[in-house]
Amino acid sequence: MQHVSPVREPLVTGGKTYHDVTQDVCRQVEAAPNVRWMAALSVALVLLGVFFYSVYRTLWYGIGEWGLNKTVGWAWDITNFVWWVGIGHAGTLISAVLLLFRQKWRTSINRAAEAMTIFAVICAAMFPVLHMGRPWLAYWVFPFQNTFGSLWVNFNSPLLWDVFAISTYFTVSLVFWYTGLVPDFATIRDRAKGPIAKVAYSLLSMGWKGSAKHWSRYETVSLILAGVSTPLVLSVHTIVSMDFATSVVPGWHTTIFPPYFVAGAIFSGFAMVLTLMLITRVVFKLEDYITIEHIALMNKIMMVTGSIVGVAYITEFFIAWYSQVEFEQYAFINRATGPYWWAYWSMMTCNVITPQLVWIRRVRYSIPLTFILSIIVNIGMWFERFVIIVTSLHRDYLPSSWVMFSPTIIDIGIYVGTIGLFFTLFLLFAKFFPVINMAEVKSVLKYTVDNGPTYTGHDPHHAPTTHQPSTHGVPASAPVNYDKHD
Amino acid sequence: MTKRFALGIFDDEDVLLHAVENVREAGVKIYEVFSPFPVHGIDDALGIERSRLPIAAFFFGLTGLCFALWLQIYTLGFDWPMIIGGKPHIALPAFIPVSFELTVFFCCHGMVITFYTISKLYPRWKTPVLDVRSTDDKFVMAIEVNENTDMTKLSQLLRDNGASEVNQKEMSKF
Repeated sequence: MQHVSPVREPLVTGGKTYHDVTQDVCRQVEAAPNVRWMAALSVALVLLGVFFYSVYRTLWYGIGEWGLNKTVGWAWDITNFVWWVGIGHAGTLISAVLLLFRQKWRTSINRAAEAMTIFAVICAAMFPVLHMGRPWLAYWVFPFQNTFGSLWVNFNSPLLWDVFAISTYFTVSLVFWYTGLVPDFATIRDRAKGPIAKVAYSLLSMGWKGSAKHWSRYETVSLILAGVSTPLVLSVHTIVSMDFATSVVPGWHTTIFPPYFVAGAIFSGFAMVLTLMLITRVVFKLEDYITIEHIALMNKIMMVTGSIVGVAYITEFFIAWYSQVEFEQYAFINRATGPYWWAYWSMMTCNVITPQLVWIRRVRYSIPLTFILSIIVNIGMWFERFVIIVTSLHRDYLPSSWVMFSPTIIDIGIYVGTIGLFFTLFLLFAKFFPVINMAEVKSVLKYTVDNGPTYTGHDPHHAPTTHQPSTHGVPASAPVNYDKHD
Repeated sequence: MTKRFALGIFDDEDVLLHAVENVREAGVKIYEVFSPFPVHGIDDALGIERSRLPIAAFFFGLTGLCFALWLQIYTLGFDWPMIIGGKPHIALPAFIPVSFELTVFFCCHGMVITFYTISKLYPRWKTPVLDVRSTDDKFVMAIEVNENTDMTKLSQLLRDNGASEVNQKEMSKF
């Protein structure tokens, strides 16, 4: 049962009716692609070209095309892998954790955020697969008996845990996202005019008709998927952090890595969600659905997780000193004052100082500032992974093998290329799929009494700065039984 | 086989909910209700039993857990024991991550496949619907009728309970 408070801000502004929601979301799916979309897709496709060229060079000439050396055996590849997986986490957090916490504002952003998760995981998977050198043998990471004997994979290895974690995470997210899309595909199908669109969306909608029985099962499935996705998303970045934490490399061998990485993942993920949403809402004119309140709420999550990350950085330093292990201490002194000091201080500035600006209300509610902040956080989080990985490796126990790492053009090409891959997929999604979950948004339209389609006549506009309680509450004798909701 | 339906079209889910209760009380059998989003409380009003999918999900998860433990214990403990870092062959703490992931994997996919199968949801070239607005903004109550049904009485009942339109539609293969 849900208590409908008369003082709540409406989740969707503009006094939308159910039909308005359908119209607004289906508009860009049904319209011919606009110039801005085509321009954006062209840029993304150029970057995708860079990706394919860099991958071709890597596969044809081998890993020697990358800047790795004997001391720094892991650099940009694993940095980018962790960065992309982390970005993906916000999508699951929005769709699963916020569903369990009944945060109904997530309904306008969960679809695009889940899409972001899936595309980010695809980009992430490129790096370990390419680093194998022979990606056509990638199936060897699964427990198939070796053809040369009866050797199996090593289940004690965090790298193998990663295989299971990422595969489970990807497929579960995909299924969760697709099941949510089915009713919306049905909406588009029933509106489709062209024969191709009719058949395509009929196939995609799996024959969904919206019968009460199906909705009942659908809701059960969503709830269970959310319930299992929540520990799943935490486990994924925990396992990613164990790639480092279970080793004995100073700077990596840290027990706080799992929570620290999970917080960092959510932090960077929300930054990416904000970047994408701020663009999407303007390009597709969805300002009434992705409101300034949504942006402020996401900013708050960014602030909380950013602060956790900040505390983790300081804790690491403290523990390095407190442990009295010489190598551990050197690893951290070297991070802050060694040859990679600029990477370390970029990370500290971007990740520790910038999220604190969100405490200021004006920043939280400012679209241009939020956009800039979200980009800075994404840069900072990339540096975080680079700092952890490269600075811990480049000066190991033997000073004779101390080296610097510099990326080659191919390293940069693959990284920039995955951004192209990500945006190509996201733009195609935004054009052909409904970017907002219509069914769920319709179900929260009556979240505030004076915002529902049957309650016209009141002023549905609430400025985010005014907090005086609305006078149109639910009278005790309300004709509508609100207990029936939820 | 062609079926005939009387369709009560409603504009609001709360009106529909009351209508469902009243129509059922009047002794009319509701064939199905179609809505653009889940209407809370309609399961009780229609007498739909609570789905047993969570139970299925639990057993799928349990299957995944057993499979994962068997796989790891059999391969590393019995089929090809290896000494890795001086640890025991069957190092259970190290098996936790994979066991957890496979539990989730089996639970989710098993449940979702069951959901699509029992709901008969699969890709089809054409999807006939009783009223195309039922995936947009209308709530459609479908009642199966035949030659003996008193249409005026039924239509009056639906209108009295807030239906904005009452239509009839024939559907083959529904």
